[in-house]
This record gives sequence, structure tokens and C-alpha cells, in this order.
Amino acid sequence: MVTEMQPIRRTRPRGRARWLILPTLVALLCACARGTAPSWRLTDVRGHLPDLRFHLTDGDGHAVNGRTYRGRLAMLYFGYTHCPDVCPLTLSHLHQVMEKLGPLADDVRILFVSVDPARDTPAVMRQYAAAFDPRVVGLTGSESEIAAVAKRYRVAYTRGPTLAGGGYEVNHSSGIYIFDARGRARLLGTPADSDDDIVHDLRTLVEMEQRS
Amino acid sequence: MSAARALPLAALLLVAAGALAGGDGALTADGAWIRVLPGDLPAAGYVTLRNAGDTEMALTGARSSAYRRIMLHRSAGAGGMSGMVPVARLPVPAHGTARLAPGGYHLMLMDPVHPIAPGRKVTLTLVFDGGRETLNVEFRARPANAVGP
Repeated sequence: MVTEMQPIRRTRPRGRARWLILPTLVALLCACARGTAPSWRLTDVRGHLPDLRFHLTDGDGHAVNGRTYRGRLAMLYFGYTHCPDVCPLTLSHLHQVMEKLGPLADDVRILFVSVDPARDTPAVMRQYAAAFDPRVVGLTGSESEIAAVAKRYRVAYTRGPTLAGGGYEVNHSSGIYIFDARGRARLLGTPADSDDDIVHDLRTLVEMEQRS
Repeated sequence: MSAARALPLAALLLVAAGALAGGDGALTADGAWIRVLPGDLPAAGYVTLRNAGDTEMALTGARSSAYRRIMLHRSAGAGGMSGMVPVARLPVPAHGTARLAPGGYHLMLMDPVHPIAPGRKVTLTLVFDGGRETLNVEFRARPANAVGP
């Protein structure tokens, strides 16, 4: 069992950080030699889910696709702005995750995709995303564009009955899909996963990327 | 009816009303907050209710001059799906508590009369047992990314 490795952020190690490198390398070599997989706390979906690919519109009304967000880790989450409880709760948790990541959060984007494009215009999505964290990107699109990305990740969503006042709710899958900087699906989380578990896995993923 | 006969009757009615109310001041609320979302998007209200009385009371709704419509809801997750179901009554057991908290029971606050800025206090009137008792509670408006009161 490989013990948990301390994250090393500095690219040019100084002072005490230098002393961590040798044990880290040894631990890594042992891990590789034995073929030990990283100790993920979320579900490892590498090879089981497709790469990050979609055609959507960002909060500024620009056409974007999966390649737009390459070069950083991406957390993909589906929801809608008229959802008063679970979506804000999840996005608040992801905001906490970003705060805990510190400078590493610069290497991560949260892609919040609307499953309610009729009400969620780019402007609404921009305002909503900004209320949670500057690194949340609100994405919307046509019905068919949303359906395509949802189908790609097996995300179900159904519109509920019209309520008094004309509103409606949308039931939706609540998974958090994590992609590496090359757009490969790596991990699947849920809103029930703790901030610390998500932080742990994102750090591990960033470190793996920095080494490769 | 003469005044002499009406007075004891009125007194009797008052006593009966007090008993029906499940004990004066038996219900209290704390940690009340609202997660405010941008624009006129629906918000969620959260609070912990305590019942010091000997009778179960149930939250059945709420009203406020700040929102045109308020519904009691519960978020429910099953099979990786998340959604909301309307709730008719949330019991607050005798000598017990009931929690409205993110991811569970919440008051869905719709159509704000005026935009509500984080930091403001908003008074909601919580309605128990269909109006048998009411409780005015000050809710603290918190930003969208808040995780608690």
C-alpha cells in the first residue's frame, strides 16, 4: 500500500520541498513497478466514458466545444438555474473545492451545462455561474445540442409538470464528470462526495499531468 | 347576550385557543437563512425548528411580503437523479426538532417582490397545522455560494 503523497506545487523546488522529492520518486517508482493505480476516492471511469466533446454556447454567446477547455481539468455538471436547492448546493460545494485547491484551481474549470435551455439563456447562465465562482462556466445551447451532450454522458433529464405561476422543475442526473487536460474522462463524483475527496482527486490528477 | 354572560364565554374561548396553539411559544426557530440566487430566480429558505411543547406540530407552509409564492419542498435523489417533491406537512415532534437544510427539506421562495441582496433580513411567517399556529422568523439572506447560515 503506497502512502498518500504530499502534493508538491512548486515547479522549481526550494528549501524543504527538495527533500520531499526523493521519497516521492521512490514511492512513485514502487507504485509503477507494482502497477498500483492511484488511490482515487471518486469513481475511476477512465476508458469507460467518452472524451469531453460538445457544441454549446458560453455566457458571452460564443460557440464553444470540448476543445475550448483543453489544457485544464474540467468538472462537468448538469443542472438548471431555476433549481433552488440541489444545483446551488452542488455548485457551492464545488466553489469550496476551488477555494481549498488554492492556486491549483487555476488549472480547473467547472462546466455547468443547462438542461433547461428554454429558460437558461447565455446571459442568465453567465450571471448564475458568476454568483458561485469565477471559474464556473455556464453553458447552454439548442434543445438538440443539450440532448447530444446529455446522451453522450448518459445524463437523463425530464421536465416536470407546469406549476401554478407557469414554472416547472427539471429532474436530472446529478453526476460530476471530471476530465483531464487532454479531455479524457477520468473520474465520476456525486454531490454526496465530500469537498475533501474531490480536492484529493483533483490534486492527484493535476500532479499526474505535471509529471507526464 | 348580556355582558355578564359573554365575558366568561370569551375567557373560555381564549383558554381553548391557547391550548390549541400547542402551548404558547412552544415553537422556536434558529439558523434561518435564504440562499439568494441572481435576478428573480427561485431561492431556498432553510431553518431549524424546535418544538418544546407536548404536542406534535407540523409545518404546512409559509408566507411573506417579500415573495409572491412559497412552497414547502424536499429534494430527493434516487438512482443518481435529483429532483424535488412538494411536501404537504413537515412534522416537528413534541420536544423535538425538524431541519430544513440544503439537499433536503426547504422552502422554495418564488417571484421576489423586490430583488433581495445578500446581507438583508427577510421575515417569513411560518404556518403550522394549516394556520393553527404561526411563527414570524427573520431569515438572513446569504450569497448563492454560501454553505450555511
